[in-house]
Amino acid sequence: MAEGENEVRWDGLCSRDSTTRETALENIKQTILRKTEYLRSVKETPLRPSDGLSNAVSLDGLNKLLAHLLMLSKRCPFKDVREKSEFILKNELGIRIPRPLGHGPSRFIPEKEILQVGSEDAQMHTLFADSFAALGRLDNITLVMVFHPQYLESFLKTQHYLLQMDGPLPLHYRHYIGIMAAARHQCSYLVNLHVNDFLHVGGDPKWLNGLENAPQKLQNLGELNKVLAHRPWLITKEHIEGLLKAEEHSWSLAELVHAVVLLTHYHSLASFTFGCGISPEIHCDGGHTFRPPSVSNYCICDITNGNHSVDETLNAAGICQVSDSFFEVEALMEKMRQLQECRDEEEASQEEMASRFEIEKRESMFVFSSDDEEVTPARDVSRHFEDTSYGYKDFSRHGMHVPTFRVQDYCWEDHGYSLVNRLYPDVGQLIDEKFHIAYNLTYNTMAMHKDVDTSMLRRAIWNYIHCMFGIRYDDYDYGEINQLLDRSFKVYIKTVVCTPEKVTKRMYDSFWRQFKHSEKVHVNLLLIEARMQAELLYALRAITRYMT
Amino acid sequence: MEKMSRVTTALGGSALTGRTMHCHLDAPANAISVCRDAAQVVVAGRSIFKIYAIEDEQFVEKLNLRVGRKPSLNLSCADVVWHQMDENLLATAATNGVVVTWNLGRPSRNKQDQLFTEHKRTVNKVCFHPTEAHVLLSGSQDGFMKCFDLRRKDSVSTFSGQSESVRDVQFSIRDYFTFASTFENGNVQLWDIRRPDRCERMFTAHNGPVFCCDWHPEDRGWLATGGRDKMVKVWDMTTHRAKEVHCVQTIASVARVKWRPECRHHLATCSMMVDHNIYVWDVRRPFVPAAMFEEHRDVTTGIAWRHPHDPSFLLSGSKDSTLCQHLFRDASQPVERANPEGLCYGLFGDLAFAAKESLVATESGRKPYAGDRRHPIFFKRKLDPAEPFVGLASSALSVFEIEPGSGSMSWFVDTAERYALAGRPLAELCDHNAKVARELGRNQVAQTWTMLRIIYCSPGLASATSLNHSVGKGSSCGLPLMNSFNLKDMAPGLGSETRLDRSKGDTRSDTVLLDSSATLITNEDNEETEGSDVPADYLLGDVEGEEEELYLLDPEHAHPEEPEYVLPQEAFPLRHEIVDTPPGPEHLQDKADSPHVSGSEADAASLAPVDSSFSLISISHALYDTRLPPDFFSALVCDMLRFYAEQGDVQMAVSVLIVLGERVRKDIDEQTQEHWYTSYIDLLQRFCLWNVSNQVVKLSTSRAISCLNQASTTLHVNCSHCKRPMSSRGWVCDRCHRCASMCAVCHHVVKGLFVWCQGCSHGGHLQHIMKWLEGSSHCPAGCGHLCEYS
Repeated sequence: MAEGENEVRWDGLCSRDSTTRETALENIKQTILRKTEYLRSVKETPLRPSDGLSNAVSLDGLNKLLAHLLMLSKRCPFKDVREKSEFILKNELGIRIPRPLGHGPSRFIPEKEILQVGSEDAQMHTLFADSFAALGRLDNITLVMVFHPQYLESFLKTQHYLLQMDGPLPLHYRHYIGIMAAARHQCSYLVNLHVNDFLHVGGDPKWLNGLENAPQKLQNLGELNKVLAHRPWLITKEHIEGLLKAEEHSWSLAELVHAVVLLTHYHSLASFTFGCGISPEIHCDGGHTFRPPSVSNYCICDITNGNHSVDETLNAAGICQVSDSFFEVEALMEKMRQLQECRDEEEASQEEMASRFEIEKRESMFVFSSDDEEVTPARDVSRHFEDTSYGYKDFSRHGMHVPTFRVQDYCWEDHGYSLVNRLYPDVGQLIDEKFHIAYNLTYNTMAMHKDVDTSMLRRAIWNYIHCMFGIRYDDYDYGEINQLLDRSFKVYIKTVVCTPEKVTKRMYDSFWRQFKHSEKVHVNLLLIEARMQAELLYALRAITRYMT
Repeated sequence: MEKMSRVTTALGGSALTGRTMHCHLDAPANAISVCRDAAQVVVAGRSIFKIYAIEDEQFVEKLNLRVGRKPSLNLSCADVVWHQMDENLLATAATNGVVVTWNLGRPSRNKQDQLFTEHKRTVNKVCFHPTEAHVLLSGSQDGFMKCFDLRRKDSVSTFSGQSESVRDVQFSIRDYFTFASTFENGNVQLWDIRRPDRCERMFTAHNGPVFCCDWHPEDRGWLATGGRDKMVKVWDMTTHRAKEVHCVQTIASVARVKWRPECRHHLATCSMMVDHNIYVWDVRRPFVPAAMFEEHRDVTTGIAWRHPHDPSFLLSGSKDSTLCQHLFRDASQPVERANPEGLCYGLFGDLAFAAKESLVATESGRKPYAGDRRHPIFFKRKLDPAEPFVGLASSALSVFEIEPGSGSMSWFVDTAERYALAGRPLAELCDHNAKVARELGRNQVAQTWTMLRIIYCSPGLASATSLNHSVGKGSSCGLPLMNSFNLKDMAPGLGSETRLDRSKGDTRSDTVLLDSSATLITNEDNEETEGSDVPADYLLGDVEGEEEELYLLDPEHAHPEEPEYVLPQEAFPLRHEIVDTPPGPEHLQDKADSPHVSGSEADAASLAPVDSSFSLISISHALYDTRLPPDFFSALVCDMLRFYAEQGDVQMAVSVLIVLGERVRKDIDEQTQEHWYTSYIDLLQRFCLWNVSNQVVKLSTSRAISCLNQASTTLHVNCSHCKRPMSSRGWVCDRCHRCASMCAVCHHVVKGLFVWCQGCSHGGHLQHIMKWLEGSSHCPAGCGHLCEYS
């Protein structure tokens, strides 16, 4: 059996033309049938030792195929493909077929809260179709982000441009950099996704055995990746110089900007993945099982995301919490009102304002999750980063004096944008748009209240994150943060932004208990965009300094 | 006159003096502003707020306004402005949203006057009313603009930009009540200070934030805006809708823009990122800055003209912590370094050429090189005569088109098909090829073949008459009665031939194109053509010189040295090419048209018949008598081949190479040969001349080429019984398990060389079949077919 015959082409499915999809699916069906038949025939004939290995390989291939088909049956935006692939799976092939593990794209958000593929409106459908056409899949991140379609559109456009459109870096480099960045946060979800993409665009599988197997040029980027992910304020122009002047392994400025944008994009995307508890993709490892369902076998995810019947009993206990948290919202509203009103009256002195920032900056390190249990890195991810100990460290804690970054001296709108757009045209525009949408997104609602001006709250969150990175806005009173963000919320923000791998469902649940899931996702969007901007600012400032 | 008088009054009778100079500040500057008296400048930044006096030789620190022990954010200035009516009044915008006014007249050390804390976000800009003493305007990140009356403690009115951040506010200089504001979303608004409820006018000026704007000091309605999209636009606001009158594209986002005093169309810009220079643009010439100041080492953050009526002093502050005074006459002028000529080829070989008008004007008496191109189309940009402006260059653009059909390659195909490359004696090959070339109208090539024949074939064969004969053949009106006639008529013929070659070269290779175009542009007359930089002509020019020698020496001086004779002989046809190249086209067009050319033509003719016809014959006799070895010519022949190849006629080069074979091959290095071969084969294959290309490959002596034919040649065999393809072995069929290839003579399986008859498909061992067919002409299998073996 020649290999060529068994290569499955999925790209036909991404077509917008239904007949093309039809033929593509038919081909896939034929391939599956052929493979099954082959496997069966092999099983019937006495086993030859030499065949054992190839047999296992082809079984593996078939399983992968089936898993992909399962994903399609659940997640393809085109109805015909969903139905047909389900039909293929259901139509007894005489082999074990997979079923999805867990329920829904997020472990934190109950599946019923999340939009089902197939029930989206026209705008979302185009979004889904676009995304599917570009990547051949509809990932869980997209399904969670679709709470905010306006943002999602911009996000997908940017990501598509970064990964697939014209740019200074070759395609496999881009995915590899994505893997490097995601691996810094041990985000196996993103790593798995991009390992597939990396191989798909013709990347060398050897590189996946660790950074030391990648070209020297990418290895050089490792240091920047590390610093950028955990202590971006330490980036100096020497880092940049080291990358740009490394003889035959040196980066060009345009390549470097592309890489930096990719790194920051994936760092913050890792934050989102953990912050919203994104589950593994159905067709990736851990997203499906071939075991038959059994009653006694709850999946942990089932329990944690409240999809199980157990949550009714829990709810009984939660009633008192509800009333509690009801007051939380009320209190928050009240504080916002107060701040709005009394702002003009009591004018804090300059020293007061300055010290408030320092306090907030210092305090942000004490706010840390109490459950500091060490998460063991997922097996195949760990190989991508050499130095696990190098994590987020608060600068004050280590007695390092880092001068405060003043946004008035170097801000995204004036400086960062120009630099990025100059070296990597159009991307500045795309990212700028994304920042704007994320920052200005509002539905004027808060939990059960309508017509609320949330700009103050959004600004507090944004500035709090920047404050953690040492970025200061001269025109902001950091006292507001203390008033508006309570402790559990700060813990969540801090964890998501700095050590996303330590986010737990408990953290997710314990802040803003009365708020909707869509609002919590909104918070996450703010977090990741603020984080991305902070990292970008430091990196771009270093590049600017190098250039001048 | 009126303007002049105003200047002098403004300057108070004493003109400004000074030089280009800079001074170091303690910290990066964010903005600068000049005092009305043009003698002081204030510099403001995050941690600097000082007044410097501008003296003739240096800046002198006059006052530090940053007083107090603790640095306050109120002193972290984003902008500063000095009142243009009151020398004691300053205003600053702080990054924390506070607007501060300063009164230098205060007796205490702290000059701070009033504090307005109404803005919630950073204030980006403050602006005093140009004539009113107490009116101050501010624009902030929070989307509001506020108008303050300095006699009161709070703002008089607030203008809302609908929560879009305000980047700049500027009072109109002429309209008392009007001010313009620019926004982060790319909009520009016009407000009436008396109507805070809504703006008078709004339009989108830029894509992305508009960082700055500046009203024209004289032109009532002109507003210049600069944005992140790297553009400076000048708007005419007097019309009903704001109209874009000028647009300058810079290389980086525009942070500040300031009209140059007394120069209606000049404005200065500096950039926010990457680019540290200050440019002064003439808005009518938006592609090259009129002047450039390159002193700063980091981005320039503030620029100001020192005096509102003096165009030569520009002050600037920068992030590199320096304050500079630039003198306009010290500026570098990129225009001077710019290359005023442009040359470009179109997709279909059209050529466009733009040059300074003055340059073209000198050539205007010259007829444009027409040749195979039609008359050039001239475009001329007319200047506005009302505004004579020295720096503004006007240029002439000429476009040359290629005649349709001149790109046809039919001659190539014909030549390739009809040339004989092997299989006959050299003389015949040469004759044949010369004939082919002549029939196709390629006389130069024909001549070359003829000459090769003369050179390489034995002297006995090539007599003087044959030479004359060949020359005669070259003429278009073919009666070779007198040499003089021949020569005269041949001249245009050869000329057109060269030209043809050249046009062919044009369509094929860019380098040749450039060469000929260079000729086209720079040459004034024939002499220049010869001496010009055209590499292809090098050989010819060279030869021409020697030929002159010939004419001088020949009639009188008897026989100096043998080689001397040989070379001219060789060069004779070539000489005509070059001398006649320029006139050729003229002849094609209109013979009587150009007296100058026909004069030179007559020159050549008068020279030629009298002397050279005789000398030719005599020389040819002398040549054959001396019995030169053919080897003697090989260097020249090699040069000739290179000449053809360089012209783009690789066909000729390869053909000659093949025909001459061993005679020249060793003189040309292997790599060049290989290069020619591959080029020619490639060309042949593009024209689907597979047979010829195969022949060339076969005849080539270069290993790399001849192995082309041996690669990937597979012969697929079908079984003679079941008609299925035989895969593994050639003699046993896998499917019907029979031996397929039996020898028709000995009836054994053939495992080695197998010979088939293509007619009846019977065959067998090579030797057997050979033997059989010696005795019989029928097929050994008895099928009755008359087989042939060759």
